[in-house]
Amino acid sequence: MIEKALKGNRSYWIWIASLVTLIVAGLSAYSQQRWFGLTVTGMGRDVSWGLYIAQFTFLVGVAASAVMVVLPYYLHHRKEFGKTVIIGEFMAVSATLMSMLFIMADLGRPDRLLNIMLYPSPHSMVFWDMLALSGYLFLNIISGWAILGAERKGVPAASWVKALVYISIPWAFSIHTVTAFLYSGLPGRHLWLTAVLAPRFLASAFAAGTALLILVSLILKRTTGYDSGKEAREKLAVLATYGGIANFFLLGMEFFTAFYSNVPAHMESLQYLYFGLDGHAPLVPLMWFSLIIGLGALLILLVPALKKSTKWLVAACMALVLSIWIDKGVGLVIGGFVPSPQLEIFEYMPTSIEVFVALGIWSLGLLILTILLKVAVAVKMEQES
Amino acid sequence: MMNQQRREFIKKTAFGVLAGFGAASGLVPAFSLEKTILPVWDETPVSGKIRWGMLIDTRKCKKDCQICVTACHHEHNVPHFKTRKDEIKWIWKNSYKNIFPTATDQFVTSDVLNRSFLALCNHCVDAPCTRACPTEATFKRWDGIVAMDYHRCIGCRFCMAACPYGSRSFNWQDPRTAIHDPSLAYPTRQQGVVEKCNFCSDRLVRGLQPACLEACPEQVFTFGDLNDPQSDIRMLLETTVTMQRKPELGTKPSVFYII
Repeated sequence: MIEKALKGNRSYWIWIASLVTLIVAGLSAYSQQRWFGLTVTGMGRDVSWGLYIAQFTFLVGVAASAVMVVLPYYLHHRKEFGKTVIIGEFMAVSATLMSMLFIMADLGRPDRLLNIMLYPSPHSMVFWDMLALSGYLFLNIISGWAILGAERKGVPAASWVKALVYISIPWAFSIHTVTAFLYSGLPGRHLWLTAVLAPRFLASAFAAGTALLILVSLILKRTTGYDSGKEAREKLAVLATYGGIANFFLLGMEFFTAFYSNVPAHMESLQYLYFGLDGHAPLVPLMWFSLIIGLGALLILLVPALKKSTKWLVAACMALVLSIWIDKGVGLVIGGFVPSPQLEIFEYMPTSIEVFVALGIWSLGLLILTILLKVAVAVKMEQES
Repeated sequence: MMNQQRREFIKKTAFGVLAGFGAASGLVPAFSLEKTILPVWDETPVSGKIRWGMLIDTRKCKKDCQICVTACHHEHNVPHFKTRKDEIKWIWKNSYKNIFPTATDQFVTSDVLNRSFLALCNHCVDAPCTRACPTEATFKRWDGIVAMDYHRCIGCRFCMAACPYGSRSFNWQDPRTAIHDPSLAYPTRQQGVVEKCNFCSDRLVRGLQPACLEACPEQVFTFGDLNDPQSDIRMLLETTVTMQRKPELGTKPSVFYII
């Protein structure tokens, strides 16, 4: 099937070439990091995780959100999702791969990565996250590819494939729950030390990931003519809306608990992110921007007339993705480290090397997604004609 | 022909004798050419038998004195980077509100506010760092010391996120470029791994006290076995009011402070 990715028009190849260029730039930036060490990033003793771990967290959410199409299609037999399911599954594959690569990029000694498996440590959440992520990657690539292959031959998929799909549903929830446990089990980091972190991760994932899925489906329609259906997109928009509302509701809970209880440790990180702490307020405009565009997006999605117009739908989905990317991909990680355990404030700003490595990984993920979707669309269009 | 056989015989006998020496040196330590000092390993480690602890009398600690910090960092080849971002420290000084952020009374005596307080790894009984480590590169020793295996660490920095005391440092770059006066007492580390205070486990095994204690001219430190009711440290803990850093987190630190 893969040969179908080798046939494309001019703009397809321009897209592939630009992704490859960015991947090469990312690799060159990464080689600097390998040589000189992580000192080339903006991270330091106080803010010891940054852009990489933030992207990892956001992307695990995107991966988990595939369940928003897989669940209604396979468990509730909602036929309108029939043409979207494969997009969701392949997005999950690409997002899971990217999230694993971001972990790799963050390691001081990536050459020792296998130590996680050589010395399995069930007391460490990283161990469980590794199991969850690699399992989810295989579930989605195998089931997606097998179902597509069966479709191409015009036969129903084998029954073991169905089993994998059913396993992938609870598995999707598990990957983001375990990812939240990476953070919420650490005693000294009060922004993360909250029981609603896992639920909020899931809610924001189902909002941003589903919105991203709508956008990808629209891009496919525009570039290839493969339309996964307006009805499916509208249903997905409803799911994204509920996810978004739940996310902002839970964020509100965080604010209430911290500020009504008035416990300093619970307030400090939120103060730093949203109001400024001891005169340090670099992220305040960005966090409020995230809040406003996120709520604005939900408002658009709640008005039926606006949601029906593709233009407004695209705007709302883009705003929701950007809002949650800022919240999870910037605020969550940096906010967790500020103030430091000794109440000191260290300002983190990613360096250009860090940004290029991140762009490189995103490009690699997009390249894989492009190839997978190219094959999927070619097979689907062949069946239709 | 005869010569050939003779030569063979002598050769084989010589090898046999050599092999005999080899075997004997393995069985009888007195014969061995390379010797291992056995008393170091005499005692079979019994988990939890000893719990090393430290008491810091902050009343005696001179504000601008850095002797213990310098001694520790020299002994353990801790690099000295100028930028805060790359900083590596095993023991350092900070003010009361930074070391005890959750304990600040509303009215602290000016004496305490002006004093400087030492911070180092607390060697917690329930250490969050060892729980978070995915490779057991940081682990709890039988004698209560939270140790590091620099050769196993993958540099994920989970232990740094987990430590509520900021006791851990990461080698953001090659540390050897910033060690100006190398010491032979302890190996240097590589780029990309985490390090921290080891309670001088390298010195304890040689029968020495921690480097910071030895260097201190004011007798600020008391070091000993917290499980031994007769030890100096236990006697002091039972007769003096002491504090720990962030006791509310349940980590049970092994470093105590007299304020």
